[in-house]
Amino acid sequence: MNVKAIREQFPILNQEINGHPLVYLDSSATSQKPLSVIKAVEDYYKQDNSNVHRGVHTLGTRATDKYEGARDKVRKFINAESTQQVIFTRGTTTSINTVAYSYARANLAEGDEIVITPMEHHSNIIPWQQAAKATGATLKYLPLRPDGTIDIEDAKNTITDKTKIVATMHVSNVLGTINPVKEIARIAHEHHAVMLVDGAQGVPHMQVDVQDLDCDFYAFSGHKMCGPTGIGVLYGKKELLEDMEPVEFGGEMIDFVNLYDSTWKELPWKFEGGTPIIAGAIGLGAAIDFLQEVGMDNIHAHEEKLIDYAMKQMRSFDGISIYGPEKRAALVTFNLDDVHPHDTATVLDSEGIAVRAGHHCAQPLMKWLEVTATARASFYLYNTPEDVDRLMEGLKKTKEYFGDVF
Amino acid sequence: MSFDNLDTLYRQVIMDHYKNPRNRGTLADDALTIDMNNPTCGDRIQVHLQVDDGIVQDAKFEGEGCSISLSSASMMTQAIKGKAVDDALKMSKMFSGMMLGEEMENEDLDLGDIEALQGVSKFPARIKCATLAWKAMEKGVGEEQ
Repeated sequence: MNVKAIREQFPILNQEINGHPLVYLDSSATSQKPLSVIKAVEDYYKQDNSNVHRGVHTLGTRATDKYEGARDKVRKFINAESTQQVIFTRGTTTSINTVAYSYARANLAEGDEIVITPMEHHSNIIPWQQAAKATGATLKYLPLRPDGTIDIEDAKNTITDKTKIVATMHVSNVLGTINPVKEIARIAHEHHAVMLVDGAQGVPHMQVDVQDLDCDFYAFSGHKMCGPTGIGVLYGKKELLEDMEPVEFGGEMIDFVNLYDSTWKELPWKFEGGTPIIAGAIGLGAAIDFLQEVGMDNIHAHEEKLIDYAMKQMRSFDGISIYGPEKRAALVTFNLDDVHPHDTATVLDSEGIAVRAGHHCAQPLMKWLEVTATARASFYLYNTPEDVDRLMEGLKKTKEYFGDVF
Repeated sequence: MSFDNLDTLYRQVIMDHYKNPRNRGTLADDALTIDMNNPTCGDRIQVHLQVDDGIVQDAKFEGEGCSISLSSASMMTQAIKGKAVDDALKMSKMFSGMMLGEEMENEDLDLGDIEALQGVSKFPARIKCATLAWKAMEKGVGEEQ
């Protein structure tokens, strides 16, 4: 993998921040966009912009072809059987909410259980809290091991015949834990529960095969995988999606509208009420082309090397707490002793290094870790070992700066 | 190496308040207690106010946070103690203005140490840290009035 050539595709990386070359270590929040994605969106608006699915005119046909073409790219990318199972949404949050509103409310009753984990992002907690409140079902947490991983034995003990829905993230945005979602899905199915995977941190970084995982729903966002913001995907098993009621009603999603009753379009369009996110979907399609050209296996291998390099240095750094397991995705969450992560992030920013600081939309996990906030550096295909070196230098400076003060 | 830019943010006096916070603690049960979160980072602050006859008799704070939010809380409690509620609110307004980079002009009210936080206005991401304790105070006094 030629990282130098890849970096040239990301013009945003080629700039100075506070007098230093930018080191972008916040891809878990949102990734940067390559030229091909920016151009695909631009070309669509310059040449093909039109509403989809009603095109008698040529632009309408072109827009529809591009939009539906993007859907097929997603289908191939995650190995779904059919494009009917690929629903375009606003992002992971909307994807999970669609299931929590439609599937959960129709299938849950008092006495039923929803099982999630304490490491979930708020977007995979709150929809289930609300679904539990609305249906009288119970929300149950699968415990974490001290290193922030899930023990399959714990999953076997927590998931019971009362469990109707199991929802967990593929990869933790804080701990970097890669969860055994395939095994958890198998346990869920033994109890006739459905399994939803929050793949926001999975799909961008590894080859995901939804049929192999055998999950019932898989949710992810475009903007974390080099695509635009505002576009995401909900994959679902066909028989489940077919039985589900739409969540949004209006234009585009109808088959026939009478005065007092209406019928819905077939899958996937019944879930895409209103003018869809056409440019976003096209941009996501271009992002998939880009990632596939580089190769997901190459990206994964590159990230593994980077995180190994980063962890080695982090572990030998004096006065640092690192959160998460040994084997992890390409991100590291940490705190410097006696320095608040906000202050760490500000000092790093003054050195041109962008990291995240805060609760990472995972307040229950912060509680589990017994911290209020942490700093996080996350890596992607365009990051280099030099970026890691710059981070370590920045951390040294942070320590010096705050050490001097105290 | 130069940290000139950072020094605008982290002035010595700020670090002093961070390291040696004034008025850290709680007040008697009948005092006002206001909880305030900084939703961007999860930091929490609790401000305690004893208000009698329109005067802030005592002010304390507790909580976890970054150097900016805790030093600001320390300075805030110091500044409003003994002040009339109206003046405390005026100071809060001045402080908000200062965060927006406005010049402060009020000869009657001396913000004292607080002026050290002026540099925060150049770090937009940190303004919420600085205003947290003031917002809590405003909320408490507002409930009282």
